[in-house]
Amino acid sequence: MTGVDDDPVFKALADPTRRHLLDRLFERDGRTLTELESELAMTRFGVMKHLRVLEDAGLVVTRRQGREKLHYLNPVPIRLVHDRWIDKYTERRVSALADLKNELEETA
Amino acid sequence: MTTMTAQTTQVYSIFIKATPEQIWDAITKPEFSHKYFYGSYVTVTPEAYRGLDGEGGDLVIGTVLEYEPPARLVHSWSAMYDAEVAGEDASRVTWEIEAQEGGYSKLTVVHDQLEASPKTAESVARGWSYVLSGLKTLLETGEPLAG
Repeated sequence: MTGVDDDPVFKALADPTRRHLLDRLFERDGRTLTELESELAMTRFGVMKHLRVLEDAGLVVTRRQGREKLHYLNPVPIRLVHDRWIDKYTERRVSALADLKNELEETA
Repeated sequence: MTTMTAQTTQVYSIFIKATPEQIWDAITKPEFSHKYFYGSYVTVTPEAYRGLDGEGGDLVIGTVLEYEPPARLVHSWSAMYDAEVAGEDASRVTWEIEAQEGGYSKLTVVHDQLEASPKTAESVARGWSYVLSGLKTLLETGEPLAG
């Protein structure tokens, strides 16, 4: 990991299973592989592979606690992408559209 | 948008093109902190962590538990910046700085022991990514984060 490159973050986020894993960690952080695996219809090896991609992109950080390896969501790379790509170009318009979408979906 | 309860152990990690010493200074000295840490003037001694506003009022106070420049700093965290968080128990913040290849360092911030401090947990969950992004921008460009 180079620390400067956005590519691993975008690549990691480009997969629905990996976004799902991030959502699971957003709900409750500090989970083991076994816990995460139990919520996905996927082999342990498959989940490990996705976690590795997320870890390489810095989106997941692992910490050891006793004998367990716990997985934490690291939101900082998403913040950096936000600061670099969203703030700069489109924040105002994006938020207006997001408001419109929310409003339409609520009244629908 | 979300009604999730904030996590009681929060982990944040960032790569910064700077030496561990530069990062240590940026964390522990007020002339740096006020440029990226919500304008707060932070001073860290081997005994105490203290963040002040521009008028000298306490924003965050803490006892330093481990002080190993430029690699590791652990301190308690009692937020005073608003009435809701001020009444809560102290939590704990750990800063770890590791040199990497190519002139980079990896900074990891762990904010834990938040079990009895849900308002603080929620407040810092919104803040740390912004603070660390600003720290990176400051050290890599010399400028505070725009906006």
